[in-house]
Amino acid sequence: MSANKHTISVLVNNQPGVLQRVSGLFGRRGFNIDSITVGASEEPGLSRMIIVTTGDENTLEQISKQLYKLIDVIKVNDLSSNPMVARELALIQINAEPKVRPEILGVVETFRASVVDIGPTTMIVQVVGDSDKIEAMVELLKPYGIRELSRTGVTAMIRGIVK
Amino acid sequence: MSVQTASTNQATGLLNGDLRDRLLKPDVISGSEMLLRSLLLEGVDTVFGYPGGSVLYIYDAMHGNPDFHHLLTRHEQGAIHAADGYARATGKVGVCIATSGPGATNLVTGIATAYMDSVPIVVITGNVPTSAIGTDAFQEADITGITMPITKHSYLVRDVHDLPRIIREAFHIASTGRKGPVLIDIPKDVSAAKAKFEYVDKISIRGYNPTVTPNKLQVDRLLKAVEKASKPLILAGGGVVYAGAGQQLLEFAEKTQIPVITTLLGLGGFPSAHKLWVGMPGMHGTYASNTALQNCDLLISIGARFDDRVTMKLDGFAPTAKVAHIDVDPAEIGKNVPTDIPCVGDVKIVLEQANQKAKPAKSEAWIGEIEGWKQQYPLRYKDSESELKPQYVIEMISETTDGEAIVTTDVGQHQMWVAQFYKFKHARSLITSGGLGTMGFGFPSAIGAQMAFPDKLVVSVNGDGGFQMCAQELAVCAIHNIPVKIVIINNQVLGMVRQWQEIIYDNRLSHIDLAGSPDFVKLAEAYGVKGLRATNKEEARKAWQEALNTPGPVVIDFVVRKDENVFPMVQAGTTLDEMLLGDYE
Repeated sequence: MSANKHTISVLVNNQPGVLQRVSGLFGRRGFNIDSITVGASEEPGLSRMIIVTTGDENTLEQISKQLYKLIDVIKVNDLSSNPMVARELALIQINAEPKVRPEILGVVETFRASVVDIGPTTMIVQVVGDSDKIEAMVELLKPYGIRELSRTGVTAMIRGIVK
Repeated sequence: MSVQTASTNQATGLLNGDLRDRLLKPDVISGSEMLLRSLLLEGVDTVFGYPGGSVLYIYDAMHGNPDFHHLLTRHEQGAIHAADGYARATGKVGVCIATSGPGATNLVTGIATAYMDSVPIVVITGNVPTSAIGTDAFQEADITGITMPITKHSYLVRDVHDLPRIIREAFHIASTGRKGPVLIDIPKDVSAAKAKFEYVDKISIRGYNPTVTPNKLQVDRLLKAVEKASKPLILAGGGVVYAGAGQQLLEFAEKTQIPVITTLLGLGGFPSAHKLWVGMPGMHGTYASNTALQNCDLLISIGARFDDRVTMKLDGFAPTAKVAHIDVDPAEIGKNVPTDIPCVGDVKIVLEQANQKAKPAKSEAWIGEIEGWKQQYPLRYKDSESELKPQYVIEMISETTDGEAIVTTDVGQHQMWVAQFYKFKHARSLITSGGLGTMGFGFPSAIGAQMAFPDKLVVSVNGDGGFQMCAQELAVCAIHNIPVKIVIINNQVLGMVRQWQEIIYDNRLSHIDLAGSPDFVKLAEAYGVKGLRATNKEEARKAWQEALNTPGPVVIDFVVRKDENVFPMVQAGTTLDEMLLGDYE
C-alpha cells in the first residue's frame, strides 16, 4: 500500500503531559510526524491537535487505534478523508534594502500575504495558506535573502457539515 | 504469616459494612490518609512497598493503622513484582508504593513487565514537593514522564482535593478493558495537605469507554466461518485468563469441536488434560501446535496478541488460515496479522454470545491428524540416571502437586520447561513474565501470590541467574513465614543465552558462566530460610518431599545437567514449520 500524507485531528483533554503522551506514542511506535499543532478547541478543557503524518492505510488505522488507547484522547478524525481546509502560517524575515521593497511588496500582494514589520534593512512577511502556498512564497522570497523563517505547522478543519 | 482480608462486596469489589461507613466520613484529613482510606475502599487488603523521604507522610499515616496491611520488601523491584504476582493470582488490582527518584525508577522494570502482560496494578510513587518539581531536587525524577510508554495511564497529583477521584479512576482504568498498570505520583506537600475527604461513587472518564460487548454481526460471521471450516484452530492467550473466560472457552471448543492451543500466558486457561488441547505454540511450542498453526484453515485468536514468540516470522505464519481475532483492545486487531473477522469485546462476553448459537465445525479428520502429530512428536527428553535433568524436576513437581499449585517462574530455560512439562489445570495457576521476559520476576511474584492465597501451595521455579536478581526477598519470606517453595534449577550458566550461543552463534560461549554464585543452601540459611540441595533423582524426590512437608519457606537447589537445551525450538527469523527437534533428530 502506498504511503500518503494524512491530516489527523485529535481532540484531547487539556492536561499537562498530553502532548508528550501523543508525540511519544508516535515516536515509539515508529509513526511519522510531519507537523503537529496544538491549541484550544471550541470546548473549555479540551485542546485540538492537528497532526500531519505519512503512512499507508494500515499505519493510519493503527495510529488512530493507538491514539484511542490514551485515556486523554477523546476523538480522532482523519480529516484528509474529507474535503478540508488546511492552513499554515509562516513568518519570513528577509533582507529588504529600501530599493527592493516595492518589488517585494508586489510579491506579497500577489500572494495576499502581508508585511508585518519593516526594519532599516529587513522586512517580516506573514503568509497564511496551505503548505504549497507557503513553499511557493518561500521560493519567491529566497533571492532577496531569507534571514529567518518560522512556520507553525498545519491546522485544519473539514469543510461544511460533517456527520 | 498474617493476612487480613477485609470483607468486600462481590459485585463492586468495594468494602462493606462498618469499616466502609467509618472510612467514608467526610472528615478533613491529609492526602496520605485519603490515600489509605481510598485504597481500603477499593478493597485492597495488602500493599507492597518501600518507604523513603517523599512518602514519609504516607508511611506515617500507616503507623498504628490496624486496617492497613503493608509488606516491606527489600527492593522496590521486589515490591512491584509481588504486587504483580498478587494481581495475576487473584485478578484483583495489585498495589505498590515507593518513594521518589530512585525508589520510583526501581519500579520501572516491574511496571513494564505488568504493561506487557496487561496486569492491573496501581503504582503509588512519592515525589518531591510541588514547589521543588523541575528543580533537580534531591531524589527527584520525572517518573510520570519516564513511565509514560509503559503505563496504561498516569497521574501527577497537584491538588489534594483531586486525590480521591484520581485513585478511584486509577483503579477503574487499571482493572477494566485491556488491563494494565496505572501510576499515581504524589508530591510530598500533597500527601501532607489536608482537605475534606469526598469519595466519589460514580466515575465517568470521557476519553475512556472500553468496548466490552461485541458487534453481533461479527460474532455471526465468526460462527459461519466455524461451520465452513474443516481445519479450525483456537489460539487462546492471556486474555482468556484475565477475562475469567475459561469455562466459556471450554464450552466453545467442545461445541464447535475445535482444537485449542494456548500461549504461555494462556496456559491454564484451557485444561491441559482435555483431548482438544494441543499444547503451546511458538518458539518452544509443541510440534503438534506449530504444525496445526501452519496447516489450519481457520485460526481463531482469543485474547492473544500474535506476539513474535508465537508467530515467529510473520511472513509465512498460518499461511492457509482465515484469521478471526477476538480482543478487548481494538488496537491489537490487525496490528501484527491481517484479520478477516475482527471481534472487539470482552472475551468472556464474546464467547458467551458465540456459545448461544455455536455449531460444530467439520473437524473430525483434522482432530485425528493433530492427534497423530501429538503421538508422533510428544514433548520428551532423554532422561539420565547419573545426572539430574531439569525436565525431570518439573515433571516431578507437576505430578506431586497434581496441577493444584500456583507456579511462578522466572525467565529462561526453566520457564520453558515449566510451560512444557507442568500440567496446568486451572487459570491463574501459572504466573510468569511473558511479554517483557523479566529476569528477577519469579521469586517476588510468588510472594505476592502467596500473600493473596496463604493456604495454597505456591511454587516458584527460578534459574540460578534470575533468582540472584531478587534473592534478597528471602528476608521477607523469613520474617513473615511466607511458605513459598523456592525451586532453583541450577545449571550454573545463563542457560537460554548459552542455548542461543550454541545454536545460533556457532557455540561461541560468551559471558554466560555464573561461577561465583553463592551456595544457595547457605544463602537461604543466612536469611533464616530452610535450604535443601539435590544432585540426582533420588535426592530430588527426597528434597522435594521434605520441602512439601515443611510449613514455612524452603529453598531447594536442584543442581541439574549443565548442557540441557529446550526443544522444540524455532529460531528467530524462521517460520513455525522450521523446528529444531533436538533429541528427535
